[in-house]
Amino acid sequence: MSGLIRFTPQGPVLAEKDGRVFTRFADWLAAPVEARGGAVVLAPTDDPAALDEHLSSLSAIAIEFPKPTDGRGFSIATLLRTRLGWTGELRAVGAVAYDQLAFMARCGFDVFDLREEEDGTACLRAFSEIGVLYQGAVDQKLPLFRRRAQALAAIAERDA
Amino acid sequence: MRLPCMGGAGGGYLKGMYRYDALDRRLVEDRVAQFRDQTARYLAGKLSADDYKPLRLQNGLYEQRHAPMLRVAIPYGMLSTAQLRVLAEIARRYDRGYGHFTTRQNIQYNWVKIEETPDILALLAGAEMHAIQTSGNCVRNVTTDHFAGIAPDEEVDPRPYSELMRQWSTLNPEFAHLPRKFKVAFNGAREDRAATSVHDLAFDLYKNAAGEVRLRVKVGGGQGRTPRLAVTIREDLPWQEMLNYTEAVLRAYNRWGRRDNLYKARIKILVEALGPEKFAHEVDADFVYLEGGAGTLTQEELDRVSSFFVDPPYAGDADADLSNARARHPRFAEWLDRNVAAHKRPGYAAVTLSFKRAGIAPGDATAEQLDAVADLAERYSFGEARVTHYQNLVLSDVAQRDLFELWLAADALGLAEANIGLATDMITCPGGDFCALANARSIPLAETIRARLAPIENEIGDLAIKISGCINSCGHHHVGHIGVLGVDKNGEEWYQVLVGGRSDTESALGQILGKSVAAEEVASLIERLAQLYLRERRRGERFIDTAQRLGVEPFKAAAYPASKPALETA
Ligand code: SF4
Repeated sequence: MSGLIRFTPQGPVLAEKDGRVFTRFADWLAAPVEARGGAVVLAPTDDPAALDEHLSSLSAIAIEFPKPTDGRGFSIATLLRTRLGWTGELRAVGAVAYDQLAFMARCGFDVFDLREEEDGTACLRAFSEIGVLYQGAVDQKLPLFRRRAQALAAIAERDA
Repeated sequence: MRLPCMGGAGGGYLKGMYRYDALDRRLVEDRVAQFRDQTARYLAGKLSADDYKPLRLQNGLYEQRHAPMLRVAIPYGMLSTAQLRVLAEIARRYDRGYGHFTTRQNIQYNWVKIEETPDILALLAGAEMHAIQTSGNCVRNVTTDHFAGIAPDEEVDPRPYSELMRQWSTLNPEFAHLPRKFKVAFNGAREDRAATSVHDLAFDLYKNAAGEVRLRVKVGGGQGRTPRLAVTIREDLPWQEMLNYTEAVLRAYNRWGRRDNLYKARIKILVEALGPEKFAHEVDADFVYLEGGAGTLTQEELDRVSSFFVDPPYAGDADADLSNARARHPRFAEWLDRNVAAHKRPGYAAVTLSFKRAGIAPGDATAEQLDAVADLAERYSFGEARVTHYQNLVLSDVAQRDLFELWLAADALGLAEANIGLATDMITCPGGDFCALANARSIPLAETIRARLAPIENEIGDLAIKISGCINSCGHHHVGHIGVLGVDKNGEEWYQVLVGGRSDTESALGQILGKSVAAEEVASLIERLAQLYLRERRRGERFIDTAQRLGVEPFKAAAYPASKPALETA
């Protein structure tokens, strides 16, 4: 059964799909201010910088993945989190597949609207398959070379 | 000469190569477990072939003409004896007893089974190797000069920078799915032996007047159907900012590179569409936010990685007077002149073992040969070997006093053909014998060219012939002094011939001579080009010099003596 994975302080949790409605950014901009709603969805071609002046009127942003291997959403998410300072919900929608979840999480997504054919319970495992992260990203900002000693100690403790 | 081993998990490597610590090891082990699970889901029907495809590609596994093919990464071409033996073991246990060295300093196995691939990857992990990102639309294996660290003309050793790039690009989440593949190369010497000008991103390392390491950054080189030479977008990047700047380049490419057309998706098309200045401007606009941040490399990290690439314990009395052996053994003398290169250290030399010999596909190595090279490396070269993008192997640190003995041993193995840089030292892609994308076969063609030119190759001297079985250009035909490209003509194999390409410091793209010809005609056509050169050359001129001086017209005339050449755009 598919579903929605949400990051909580206790880790990723599987829930039913919430049916939340996200408005395409262009439509959202075209709508009268009072009718806009608080959730927009960006296409891979949208420029996240255009959202900058509107962030305070939003409560959630979604980024669409037309297929699992369209990597543009990774850069859009990274820019929203690092450059624009977006701290609210960042949801992956569209072709959201098990084997891309860990990459998405590293780029700052915290809600994952799984595509229909995914096994939601199995997908919970996807976030911890690789235990070493060489480069900095949104989740772990420091590259490994700035925290090598701690990371080595953590591994030694785990393996002990 | 047996050398003491350093020990460690893989057993028996020496300092001189990057060694994994618990973190590096954990990453490759986790990756194997992850791929084992993905493969099991695929084989159980829980993962579709479409979804499995990008996962297997980024673990080196292709579907090929006859069987799946596995491409193993050899980061910047360096191999220890223990790793060579593991590669031999894989050839024996999981393939048909051989592997194939590629133009990207990797090795590929043509006959693996999908269900056994996780076991092969586990074997590799145990030897501090992997197949991560050897295929797929991501940052590929980093390549560099096969004489890195030993070349007399080297200004900066590129290996630590290559390793830092390898780590940064490995499983980089933001750039896991680029529009297309992305190849990075480094060069730190005056002579460019890494073909940097045909890479998506390339770095020339040099020292500025103050003695600090700087990088010249070039983007947008590549071959394929739109061959382009890389253009410089930054002259003097401080090494500390290498990864941040790369991040900015990749982000621009990831966001704006074309994804609607496979053939227009490489970064060269984006750079050309925007123009190099505009592209550089976009990169800079992003880079200002990254400069000096968490991704800025530290001296401590450079020192840590550099500490692996130290010189071996060279002997003070390694030199030898070889004039007697030269006089007594003309074949040894030829080999010294062709296959033995100068070394930064007096008394030492770099030896290229030729994997171009009659009757064997260029770059193919049997399990027995891989084991034998491991023994030679152990005995004569401090336990280290390198793969060249010319599909040969190099023993990088050989004492001159050992050269004769090494020659005898290499000759007995059939790896001492004195042809490095000559006409029979051809670069050849796997072509139609193995590759599913091929228009034409490359390997049998190389054999006919070889048979034709071998008798006169010494007279011709330096000549780089490069053969690709299709326009994907894995055989680098665009930058061959003579390039050959397989084309499909109504289901038949035909070949186009190019002249004037080169991948060295003065890089240039070859020009097509005219209409494509049938396989039987290629060797004689090339021989006519060589004869033209022999007639026209001035004193000291190599083939490529004469080709540049004369321009392409006389070569067109020589190629098609009877008819006027008709230009064809196949
Ligand atoms: S050049 Fe073409 S035929 Fe040769 S290996 Fe590459 S894709 Fe295959």
